Amino acid sequence: MNNCEYQQIDPQALVTPTPNPTLQPQPGGGNEKKRDKTLRKWEVFPGKNRFYCDGRIIMARQSGVLPLTIGLILVTTGLFFVFDCPFLVQHLTVFIPAIGGLLFVFVAISLLQTSFSDPGILPRATPEEAADIEKQIDSSGSSSYRPPPRTKEVLINQQVVKLKYCFTCKMFRPPRTSHCSLCDNCVERFDHHCPWVGNCVGKRNYRFFYTFIVSLSFLTAFIFGCVATHLALKAQGGRGLMFALQESPARYPFTKRLLTAVELVICFFSVWSILGLSGFHTYLVASNLTTNEDIKGSWSGKSGAEDTANPYSYNSIITNCCSVLCGPMPPSLIDRRGLVAVEASSQTIAVEMELSPLPAKTEINVCSQGSKDLLESATHASCPQPEKSQPVLTFNPALIAEPAVMPSLTCGGRHLSHTTSPPDERRQNHHHHNRHHKTRSKRSSSKQATLHISNPAYNVSLSPPASPGLRPSHAGAEERGRDTFVALR
Amino acid sequence: MAETHSLQDLRHQAAIASKVYVQRDYNSGTICKFQTKFPSELESRVDRQQFEETMQTLNNLYAEAEKIGGKSYLEGCLACMTAYTVFLCMETHYEKVLKKIAKFIKEQNEKIYAPQGLLLTDPIERGLRVVEIIIFEDRSISSGR
Repeated sequence: MNNCEYQQIDPQALVTPTPNPTLQPQPGGGNEKKRDKTLRKWEVFPGKNRFYCDGRIIMARQSGVLPLTIGLILVTTGLFFVFDCPFLVQHLTVFIPAIGGLLFVFVAISLLQTSFSDPGILPRATPEEAADIEKQIDSSGSSSYRPPPRTKEVLINQQVVKLKYCFTCKMFRPPRTSHCSLCDNCVERFDHHCPWVGNCVGKRNYRFFYTFIVSLSFLTAFIFGCVATHLALKAQGGRGLMFALQESPARYPFTKRLLTAVELVICFFSVWSILGLSGFHTYLVASNLTTNEDIKGSWSGKSGAEDTANPYSYNSIITNCCSVLCGPMPPSLIDRRGLVAVEASSQTIAVEMELSPLPAKTEINVCSQGSKDLLESATHASCPQPEKSQPVLTFNPALIAEPAVMPSLTCGGRHLSHTTSPPDERRQNHHHHNRHHKTRSKRSSSKQATLHISNPAYNVSLSPPASPGLRPSHAGAEERGRDTFVALR
Repeated sequence: MAETHSLQDLRHQAAIASKVYVQRDYNSGTICKFQTKFPSELESRVDRQQFEETMQTLNNLYAEAEKIGGKSYLEGCLACMTAYTVFLCMETHYEKVLKKIAKFIKEQNEKIYAPQGLLLTDPIERGLRVVEIIIFEDRSISSGR
């Protein structure tokens, strides 16, 4: 935090030499001058993502519980192959390990694809684009002190859809796009941010995610069935189930019994939760909905409007399924491995001059994000903190209209929108994830407010949002949150 | 805004007078479609009919890329059965059409827009958000500060 304040008080200190001295602005240049080092676009990516293999692999900044997911799958499958397969091959059929192996391969591949691919991130608007949009917004109205609400209405399939303006990405979000606060990106057809997979689930990787959960539910059900069969067969041969588990130590040492029990327990709980999740997502696919829309109740008429039907649905289950799962694979819009163009790098310099030097895997954070990171790291004990506390200044010196604190509210708002999902047995995993967010958001939003108040560089003074976790509805909580804080200016 | 603009001008020493942005048209849903409305800034530079034709062709190409039909289903099912590993080896239909679009834009620039001092930017470079049209000025007019 000290870092953050110091840098804000003394903005001149920000114009530090960039890590790459060859990226200095060249007034006389204009055309291709030889650079000592060309950057790839992933290295200057503004979102909170991590890149590996020179930009081929993209993940969220926090890997969440992905290692746990991988660990559980590996352990359970490993135990299955080691303990159950030999017995079952002997007593049943050799196809058991074959099917198990095939399912495991499907699970592993789809998990890796979900975690490592671009979910459909929308690149942020270039400064000129943002300026153009600002011009259009300004010209369209509002002479009042309060800035216009920044929504655009569009008629899709005879349904009015409101397009919101994203303050971080400086553009009007396309329909079904949402800004993920964890990754700090707008994601197309945003479903949810899945901590189990360590990435957002959006347009491009939804089909991988769906394949993953469906194959995982088959795998866990299969393993559960096999273990149960194994025990049942053993029990048949002996004197009951307990005997099967308590056979003579020579044949069944304690560890083996323990591991079998572990396998059973993992499978039992996984089967119900994952099957439930698969069922839920099958429903979403069949009605062409996203988790985000379902939770917010955008099309179910919860917000009181009549005749709200999903305008994106084809009104046929088969067509919906086909379009979601078998539709054309959209390309990645962020072009991670492209080289940063001369023009783009000059624009990047304009951005860099406002902030301190970017780390290699870049995150242009606002200070509040930095403090949120601090809190997140306190809970996760993973990220280094002080370096991430970067000063708050708008990305584009031209656009000083919105308060720099807005993006943090977006994050807070995002957290809010996750906190009040209706408890539903089928959505256990996401509920778990929501509860996780709830505790974080409470702490982070109150602490954020405190930090802002203590910081003289801010013009905005905030009152801590009261009980963010107890907001009755989160449909539009983001928008309301933003408008509330705008009013406080 | 003007300050940034002039800074960029200084940096590039380019004769970019302004950039016009044609936004997306979401009236048909989430498919990629751009507005065909003729921007007023291009009034003097290019024929209205010509421009609308370009935009319409562009929209048709994107519609072809995103078309949900027999071929895309086949591709999707094949991909699903191979656990989507086929995407690592094969170019998707969308990518093929994107190449076609790039070629189309280049061609349009060469034939129609460059002679008028305009340049169309391929929307994929702007994340399929906008079609950016750069209007060049004569080099004799500099906008330095």
